[in-house]
Amino acid sequence: MVAANPEIPWTGPLASPSIVTRLHELVVTVDHKKLGLMYIASALFFLVVAGLMAAVIRLQLAFPNSDVVAPDTFNRLFTVHGTAMVFFVGMPIVAGLANYLVPLMIGARDMAFPRLNAFGFWMFLFGALLLYFSYIGAPGLSGHGSAPDVGWFAYAPLTGRAFSRGNSTDYWTLSLLVSGIGSLASSVNVIATAFGMRSPGMTLMRMPLFVWMLVVVSAMMFIAIPPLTAAQVMLLIDRFLGGNFFNTQSGGSAVLWQHFFWIFGHPEVYVLMIPGFACASEIIPVFSRKPIFGYSAMVGATVMIAFVSMGVWAHHMFSVGMTSVGNTFFMISTMAISVPTGIKIFNWLATMYGGKIRFELPMLCCLAFLFQFLIAGLTGIMLAAVPFDWQLTDSYFVVAHFHYVLIGGMLFCVFAGIYYWYPKATGRMLNKKLGLWHVALFFIGFHLTFDTMHIPGLLGMPRRIYTYDPGRGWEILNLITSIGVIFQIAGVACLAWNIIRSARRGEKAGDDPWDAWTLEWATTSPPPEYNFETVPAVRSARPLWDLKHPEDPDWKYE
Amino acid sequence: MINADRLNLPATSIEWTLPSSRKVAIACLIITETAMFTIFVVAYVFYIGKSLVGPYPSEVLETPILSTICLLASSLTIVMAERAFKRESLVGFRLWWSTTILLAAIFLGSTAAEWKSLIVDHHLTISTNLFGTTFYSLVGLHASHVIVGLSLLTLVLVFSLKNKIRRADGERIEMLSWYWHFVDAVWVVVFTVVYVVGR
Amino acid sequence: MLTLFAVALSASCVFADDASGVTNIFKPNGAPAHAIVDYTMLVLAVCAVIFVIVVALLVYTVVRFRQRRGDKDHEPPQVYGSNQIELAWTVIPILIVFVLTLVTARSIAEVQNAAPPSKALNVTVVGHQWWWEIRYPDQGVVTANELHVPVSDPDHRTPTFLKLESADVAHSFWVPQLAGKTDVIPNRDNLMWIEPTTPGTFLGNCAEYCGTQHARMLIRVIVHPTGEFEKWVTSQQSNAVNEIQVKAGHDIFFSTSCVNCHTINGTESRGKFGPDLTHLMSRETLGSGAAPNTPEKLRAWVRDPQSLKQGCYMPDMQLTDEQEDELVRYLLTLN
Repeated sequence: MVAANPEIPWTGPLASPSIVTRLHELVVTVDHKKLGLMYIASALFFLVVAGLMAAVIRLQLAFPNSDVVAPDTFNRLFTVHGTAMVFFVGMPIVAGLANYLVPLMIGARDMAFPRLNAFGFWMFLFGALLLYFSYIGAPGLSGHGSAPDVGWFAYAPLTGRAFSRGNSTDYWTLSLLVSGIGSLASSVNVIATAFGMRSPGMTLMRMPLFVWMLVVVSAMMFIAIPPLTAAQVMLLIDRFLGGNFFNTQSGGSAVLWQHFFWIFGHPEVYVLMIPGFACASEIIPVFSRKPIFGYSAMVGATVMIAFVSMGVWAHHMFSVGMTSVGNTFFMISTMAISVPTGIKIFNWLATMYGGKIRFELPMLCCLAFLFQFLIAGLTGIMLAAVPFDWQLTDSYFVVAHFHYVLIGGMLFCVFAGIYYWYPKATGRMLNKKLGLWHVALFFIGFHLTFDTMHIPGLLGMPRRIYTYDPGRGWEILNLITSIGVIFQIAGVACLAWNIIRSARRGEKAGDDPWDAWTLEWATTSPPPEYNFETVPAVRSARPLWDLKHPEDPDWKYE
Repeated sequence: MINADRLNLPATSIEWTLPSSRKVAIACLIITETAMFTIFVVAYVFYIGKSLVGPYPSEVLETPILSTICLLASSLTIVMAERAFKRESLVGFRLWWSTTILLAAIFLGSTAAEWKSLIVDHHLTISTNLFGTTFYSLVGLHASHVIVGLSLLTLVLVFSLKNKIRRADGERIEMLSWYWHFVDAVWVVVFTVVYVVGR
Repeated sequence: MLTLFAVALSASCVFADDASGVTNIFKPNGAPAHAIVDYTMLVLAVCAVIFVIVVALLVYTVVRFRQRRGDKDHEPPQVYGSNQIELAWTVIPILIVFVLTLVTARSIAEVQNAAPPSKALNVTVVGHQWWWEIRYPDQGVVTANELHVPVSDPDHRTPTFLKLESADVAHSFWVPQLAGKTDVIPNRDNLMWIEPTTPGTFLGNCAEYCGTQHARMLIRVIVHPTGEFEKWVTSQQSNAVNEIQVKAGHDIFFSTSCVNCHTINGTESRGKFGPDLTHLMSRETLGSGAAPNTPEKLRAWVRDPQSLKQGCYMPDMQLTDEQEDELVRYLLTLN
């Protein structure tokens, strides 16, 4: 309970704010913590919505020649599912984690540009609502169209006026343009904050790895998102002004869209994954009771991944008909990126090695992440193997691979982060039993679905098909894949219930329930609006370790 | 409970200077915009010589020497304005700043005249062919950035005329000038690609 | 446990017996599919070894270094890193990657840069929304959705070289047992080749999302035994028969707008928007795999194509029952 403050009407023991006051506070807030939580809450909401869309997709695909949904409906489902998951679940989780934790971790009172922060959030939310509004708004005057049905990467010329009638594609374009501006605002804010607002003594190499990784991610965002923005502006020019950027009839190139999109798209998937690494890099050390092994190597590896990821994009295009030289170049760069990624896996393992591993929920999620990310990385190498990719690309093998990375990798890290930082944000622990149910059910469901999903790809099943004939060898595999969804839904339901219930009835957490070492644990749970009473000075990367272990502080070993 | 107070370790008195958030933010903005322009330039270069129908660049493009000189000169005048600001010469600042605005306006006017001629006399529109699409998009994107810059410059001029500029606004003005230099640098690239290489 | 289950499942599916219709990429028919499988085995082996080693390390670490009961008092030794170890696990992966890239580069060149021998069959494949136009320029044959090729004998090879074009949006030509996929993109000609050494029918799909009926844009490659392909070509080169018994249906075809979209050789019907119907009945399916080519399904298609392939571009022609009967009887003669 915060002490009574005459300026905020509901503080103090006797006040109780009305719902209107509370909502108004959220609408006008520029506080990084509230905005961070709003980002995450919105992301979790859209996770459920887009997840239910996936459930319908799997229901349709569980049996051959199914007609649960019409072909066009199915095509809209996978388009909106993919678009929403990347842009309205993944990106806001990144922004939410960054906005909530970065100032706390560097000992700052807020982000560098609080109003820009709020702007970024509302742009994201309007973008998301715009996409879903397309279900109603797209038919417009011509009566054509509904939600977009061009796939989340919207290849040309399918998106041209001739092949995409009505305004469905325009809703796709505009919603991403709007939320993209929000992402750019957020990323600039993170960089400015991390560079310009660190507490005294916190040199760049004493920042928590989480902050480093979000800095790298933010830099990637404002270099990789503009190509998407540019391509989308070009698409709008084509669709509305008769431009010829991707109009193959007038000599335009469909492949150019693919290049531009993937120049954005590949760094984008690292933008989604690296914050997962960031969570793991904070959680694994704390629950192994050792500092991260090779801090500088981790920073270097992350920066290397960021650089190399800008040069691998055409590995999404190996079947487009590039020359063998082109294919070979991108094969080399894609294989190369496995080196810094592997370094990170080894560093996490080495952190655990020789430690005292505590199997609390955040750590359980991280262990699952390590196992699953290894598999995802290896299937990635298979996809980098170009001749093999000529069979695997655009099949269910790829779908399985990227879900393995995003769910098995990123989402499990997000779960870990939720279990780890929920006590800090709310002051209460999440219920352990419900948490174990969530993790167990979701783990089983995830593997049932996505392990199995690789096989239809090997048996020739292309992606984005609304149904298939029996006799292809795909039936039982699709059925098992679909059954796994039930477990995942059950698991997420446990988590959702846990989050809601523990807000009021969870066990009180205190400042530092996990015995951790970074600055966010040096203030109350939840932190006051001003974060820290006095701005702390630090002498190492683990200021709280130094405090708790004055006989063996980190700064002796720097 | 860990009290952050106790973290204030007294031993070493730390020299602590951090980069200015504003500078970092504008630098990031410039990098972002560079990435965006790069894609439009790549599209332009990719489509050079690929239009299926005319008019073609060599037929209709005239090198915009005057407007280029004006725009590049405006980078110089804005530097002069900043120097005047540092000397605390409000008159000097207003003079050079207005000159910058004037030069930018000439550039825009010249672009507008060029476009009018292209559309009306040569029937080159954004939908005519690949050249038209890429030309108007790239030059238009740059021009829109000039318009934004011009609006911000005018705003600052208005503030200075109303005596509302303070010494502390020096960094803000510097940031605007960084943006302005960026817009000029982009023009150098656009000019080279469109009027030199592309013809 | 789950991983073992997954591996067992994959193994059983991937190495199971051939059922017709199953298009297992590990059951290749001729180069280049064979070249891909050979190369792939190396990749899988490398990945398997890495997997086993890292998982073993993970399991060992988790078991050996778990916090035991009652052992909460002191922290373990705080190790910050080790340059030598970092170097080791940087250099070794770089070496593995180096070897893999060399092997891969060679395999890419082997498949992509193969030169067509003089006896190669040339075929142009044009992708449409949502069917395949197959043209044999040297033989003067045009058909749809089924690619007929001769089997290739190692002694005198007859591979088939495909030029891939698109009439509308991006598609992708994928017959897993014959070759990797190659995209079919408008305003861009792509080349690929197949060289099946076993006769039979091999299924494939369009593998680039191309709109509503992307799912029903199947490919059938019929590999003829030696000597049979020439017979097929000859039968396809003949014009459509014109029997007097089906004149009523013939007249319906020519008086309604069927002629605007379809071609029937030997008649004035020269439409190019839809598939060539000259030898319609020689094909196994209708609508590029939407339905088997039986009289009932043909009738259903003529009655309302949307019922078999919703969203396809052939409209319901609003014919009466008698007209449909006559028309189907005519179409059934197009062998």
